[in-house]
Amino acid sequence: MSIHLSSSASHFPTLPKAPTGINGLDEITEGGLPKGRPTLLCGSAGCGKTLMAVEFLVRGILDYDEPGVLMAFEETAVELADNVQSLGFDLRQLQADKKLRLDHVHVDRSEIEETGEYDLEGLFIRLGYAIDTIGAKRVVLDTIESLFSGFTNQAVLRSEIRRLFRWLKDKGVTTIITAERGEGSLTRQGLEEYVSDCVILLDNRVINQITTRRLRIVKYRGSTHGTNEYPYLITEDGISVLPVTSLRLAHDVSNDIISTGVPGLDEMFTRKGLYRGSSILITGTAGTAKTTLSAAFALEACRRGERCLFFAFEESPQQLIRNMRAVGMDLEPFLAQGLLHIEASRPTLNGLEQHLVTIHKLLTEFKPQNVIIDPISNLVSVGSISEVRGMLTRLIDLLKVQGISALFTALVSGRNANQEMTEEGVSSLVDTWIHVRDLEGIGERNRGVSILKARGMAHSNQVREFLVTDHGVQLLDVIVGPAGIITGASRLTQQLQEQSQLLASQQEAERRDRELERKRRVLEATIANLRTEFESVEEELRQVNHEEEQRQQALATNRQQLAKGYSNRQPASPSPNQ
Amino acid sequence: MQTPSDSSASSPADEEIWELRLYVAGQTVKSVTALANLKKYCETHLKGRYKIEIIDLLLHPQLAEGDQILAIPTLVRKVPSPIRKIIGDLSNQERVLVGLDIRAVENK
Repeated sequence: MSIHLSSSASHFPTLPKAPTGINGLDEITEGGLPKGRPTLLCGSAGCGKTLMAVEFLVRGILDYDEPGVLMAFEETAVELADNVQSLGFDLRQLQADKKLRLDHVHVDRSEIEETGEYDLEGLFIRLGYAIDTIGAKRVVLDTIESLFSGFTNQAVLRSEIRRLFRWLKDKGVTTIITAERGEGSLTRQGLEEYVSDCVILLDNRVINQITTRRLRIVKYRGSTHGTNEYPYLITEDGISVLPVTSLRLAHDVSNDIISTGVPGLDEMFTRKGLYRGSSILITGTAGTAKTTLSAAFALEACRRGERCLFFAFEESPQQLIRNMRAVGMDLEPFLAQGLLHIEASRPTLNGLEQHLVTIHKLLTEFKPQNVIIDPISNLVSVGSISEVRGMLTRLIDLLKVQGISALFTALVSGRNANQEMTEEGVSSLVDTWIHVRDLEGIGERNRGVSILKARGMAHSNQVREFLVTDHGVQLLDVIVGPAGIITGASRLTQQLQEQSQLLASQQEAERRDRELERKRRVLEATIANLRTEFESVEEELRQVNHEEEQRQQALATNRQQLAKGYSNRQPASPSPNQ
Repeated sequence: MQTPSDSSASSPADEEIWELRLYVAGQTVKSVTALANLKKYCETHLKGRYKIEIIDLLLHPQLAEGDQILAIPTLVRKVPSPIRKIIGDLSNQERVLVGLDIRAVENK
């Protein structure tokens, strides 16, 4: 949507703009300040007006080759050069290179007596001369209202300042005019904001003892611009404006799958892991092993040879390492190898924006592929919920654009745990949401992990019980009891029951085997008996047969003899039965 | 003019040559008026002890920075020190004299 809008808008000629080179400011001004026109920078003391103006000049010189003139009404050239030196801006060198001209205008009423009519032509000539000698394209007037303390004739001053703005426009230089914030109006004189083409308001607010600087574009003639208040920071590298809505949601995505570091947990996702570059949120009540899970993720990332940045807002690095070693996860070797970096600090150390900048800085220095923030819920102590949400949105955006996998943990209070709401409301921003919780049963607590959402892949709907063992986190097998999935002691009971059932059935089987054996033996004995009986009968019968045979034989012999004897007149012998 | 005689001690500046510098930007009405006024006051009060240097910033814009010139016309008293500045067309004689601290001279 936004891409479509921006591409269609670019067909029309837009107001020429001069990029400031200041981080983020060009994004919300959609390209920079109006080129060749005056811009008012107003704000109360300590907002960084001068700094922003100087950075505009220096970046203009270094990045866009546009020489600049700085007309300072409050600080001398030496003071200015010293003040911005810490940001790496070498004003003296730029002056020597004829890229920059510093002109300190000293206005002291005690030295000046006014008699009759005058105008500020001298200022114009000085400025004109400074611009012409180096061919300046950018001009900063810091702070022009100092003139009002130097001259009494307000009417002349007002008309001269009006003329100055006109004159600067005619000169075609992009100008920043700084002004102190007035009571109820943007500037003390109520003049500059009307003659400037662009007005940027800087604000320094202290809420709950924490200072946040904010910037807002009040007006921008002839151009659209971001209308929100944007936090900005004065960092070691200058001003950094952090627009919330800079992301157009057009970042590249990866199809790679990375492991969570817990094998069982990977199995709960259909693609056996998480998408690289996605953001993962682990929520849970206190003591549900959120940190342990994130350490497992870190360890796995390091084992893959990737760099991992671990922000610990609750534990010191040593404490974290000791605690993780207790559950069989040794982070120390990777720390020594430089694959892991633990950045531990209290959330209250800095304002939210400062945290973001610290993270940003470490991201650029360390170039990690994985970032862990443990926990994000602590940040609420620094800012309001909406601010934290804004900060986290920016952070998640930042990480996504760079394709960094991010894991956040968040503590949810016990009462709201069943609602599964994160206070920060970031749950809609993350891609994968894993919830760990106490499964409180009769007289015991068990830990359960479930996946609430996983964008782009199907996932298990089960609440899996897991243990933190000596070898890290282990997910237990699902045991389905009569009333659903069971955990803890019920799981043990169930296991015992199953074991005893198994034993009983084994014994039963053995008993049956023995019975069979016995029967077989009985049967075999019977068979043997029968066979013996049979054999004896057979023997007897055979004996009988044999005797019969012999008798028959004898009978036959006798008959033959008888027949022979008959022929020999031999009378029949005694009975053949003998 | 007024001739108050309460300041009897004469300033050491009496002996010095007054160096006055008038910054103008071209021949504008204000510049011309200022120069005419200045000459008149000097002739009256500092006769023979003054030097007027007229600097046209349109011709020498680089000189504006040195004396911290913003308004035109500006009259700068370089000597005697301290430096005093008077801006405007110098039409108010009393204020010019007070501004340049010429009162003491006038006493004589």
